[in-house]
Amino acid sequence: MKLWIAFWNIVAKDFRTYYLKPPNISWGLIFPFAWTGMFFIRSGRGLESIADILPGVIALSILFGTTSLLSVTVTFEKKNRSFERLLLAPIPLELLMLAKTGGAILFGVVNAFVPVAMAAFLVNPLRVDWLVFVPAVFLISVASTFLGLFIAVAVSEVFEAQTFSNFFRFPMIFLCGLFFPVSALPVFLRPLAYVLPLTYGADMLHGAIHGGNVMPFAVDLAALAGFCVVLFMVSLYNVRRRWIA
Amino acid sequence: MNDIAIEVRGLAKRFGDVQAVAEVDFAVRAGELFGFLGPNGAGKTTTINMLTGLARPDAGTVRIGGIDCTRNPRAAQHLIGVVPDESNLYPELTGFDNLCFCAALYGMAGGERRARAGELLEMFDLTAAAGRRFGGYSKGMKRRLTIAAGIIHRPPILFLDEPTTGIDVASARQVRRLIGELHEHGTTIFLTTHYIDEAERLCDRIAFIVAGRIVGVDLVANLVHPVRDKQVMLIACAPGAQDLVGELAEAFPALECTCPEPGSIRIEAREPIPVGPLVHFIEARGAEVSEARKIRPSLEDIFVRITGIGADAMRREKEKSGGKQ
Ligand SMILES: Nc1ncnc2c1ncn2[C@@H]1O[C@H](COP(=O)(O)OP(=O)(O)OP(=O)(O)O)[C@@H](O)[C@H]1O
Ligand SMILES: [Mg+2]
Repeated sequence: MKLWIAFWNIVAKDFRTYYLKPPNISWGLIFPFAWTGMFFIRSGRGLESIADILPGVIALSILFGTTSLLSVTVTFEKKNRSFERLLLAPIPLELLMLAKTGGAILFGVVNAFVPVAMAAFLVNPLRVDWLVFVPAVFLISVASTFLGLFIAVAVSEVFEAQTFSNFFRFPMIFLCGLFFPVSALPVFLRPLAYVLPLTYGADMLHGAIHGGNVMPFAVDLAALAGFCVVLFMVSLYNVRRRWIA
Repeated sequence: MNDIAIEVRGLAKRFGDVQAVAEVDFAVRAGELFGFLGPNGAGKTTTINMLTGLARPDAGTVRIGGIDCTRNPRAAQHLIGVVPDESNLYPELTGFDNLCFCAALYGMAGGERRARAGELLEMFDLTAAAGRRFGGYSKGMKRRLTIAAGIIHRPPILFLDEPTTGIDVASARQVRRLIGELHEHGTTIFLTTHYIDEAERLCDRIAFIVAGRIVGVDLVANLVHPVRDKQVMLIACAPGAQDLVGELAEAFPALECTCPEPGSIRIEAREPIPVGPLVHFIEARGAEVSEARKIRPSLEDIFVRITGIGADAMRREKEKSGGKQ
């Protein structure tokens, strides 16, 4: 009960001070607009191609939305020392890091529905297998957030966190089967796709939106969950080793 | 809680080639106000960080309230409150929201949080600023709110890292009064400072730390005792203070004369010091006396004796590095 109060207030504070700020909200809206617009114009095929690019736009919305936030809620707070306040509180480190990431996970999930809402407005009717879509969005959000956490605790400056996350984010745009299948990649790049969590998430989204998944959902789910656990454990290890050093 | 609130043995910490803390041992009794006194870079903050779970010792054991924190430095977080040397509150939140947030970290429920925050704002004279952003507070206000945040959960053990550095005289006095009140109410307090008079006034017991090592620990009363009956006088004169020390010692065998810094002579004696004859003697030798001042012997003298560091030098160094917030 007491830990729950702490957990909830950490999440609520981050929401109030970071996530619900106008720049973040507009970012959440502009980003999917820009990507949808860009691919729409580029493909030149008209509205029917929206279902093809929607999974990619959703995945990127989540990835960019969540990873950029962690550099603020974690790296920035570490830098200005307010993170120490949290480390001094009697909260298990696991719970503390879940609280610091919980808001970003939620933010990622909300971000995912922005392009969906736009697409639903343009394509009538938009057929989505929600039973696959919802867990996929949730797990992509968790995995991206934990990737952001991994980056945020590995660096000490906010700008480093930004640069370092781009190192992961930009290759993911091309390698994870978001806008063209992994099989279209040169053979030597394909293995790389399978060590990135977004590949599995995007596969599920393709399946949920136009039935275009190449792996069984169980494999996708297991891989995503595995990435989540590993990234979280490595981040915790890094906090213990580097921040309580 | 058991009788010893903080127990430290063989504590050590190294950063690269700097041995920040070496072989530190001490114990603080429950309810005691323990001073940790030392110059810049002595290892005070590093020690506090190791005691409060923000740093992992290279060697040694730490017990807080009977809990062994050696393996898990954060094992006793529920027993401690910490006021760091630099504020670690949220600049974008108001004073009131900062306190409520800190209270929530300790599991306090909504109504209790608000009541406690209001009570502390009142106690620290910050009620009028409660709704303003913390980032816009003055240094003294920031420090007071940081102390309030440190005691929001009424911790039995409180760590204060240089609580009066960098704030004005009135704020410092207020902070000292509040520390005294907490002490009276039974809180165990671990206080670091480089102000010797502050340590002397507030603390029950003091440890002197220099270059990461404790060079003396005792009750303030015991530390002061050997110098209490002493008369001390400081004479500022130029030029040639140094050369005069020897002559003075010969002419006044009952006095102990030293030259702590160029241009000043320090006289110590068990009986009243003959000021007139001394000044005459010095002026007769061509040196001009600009000031002769009796000083109350204090911990400063003991500090100088056991560390070999002049307290003025320590203060100057501190001021040069700037009062931090
Ligand atoms: N994170 C760190 N990395 C490298 N060196 C450090 C670190 N923290 C402290 N030190 C070094 O350890 C020594 C002790 O520092 P510490 O901050 O504990 O001193 P202090 O007694 O608190 O000094 P001050 O009065 O200036 O606050 C110093 O030489 C300092 O430079
Ligand atoms: Mg310090």
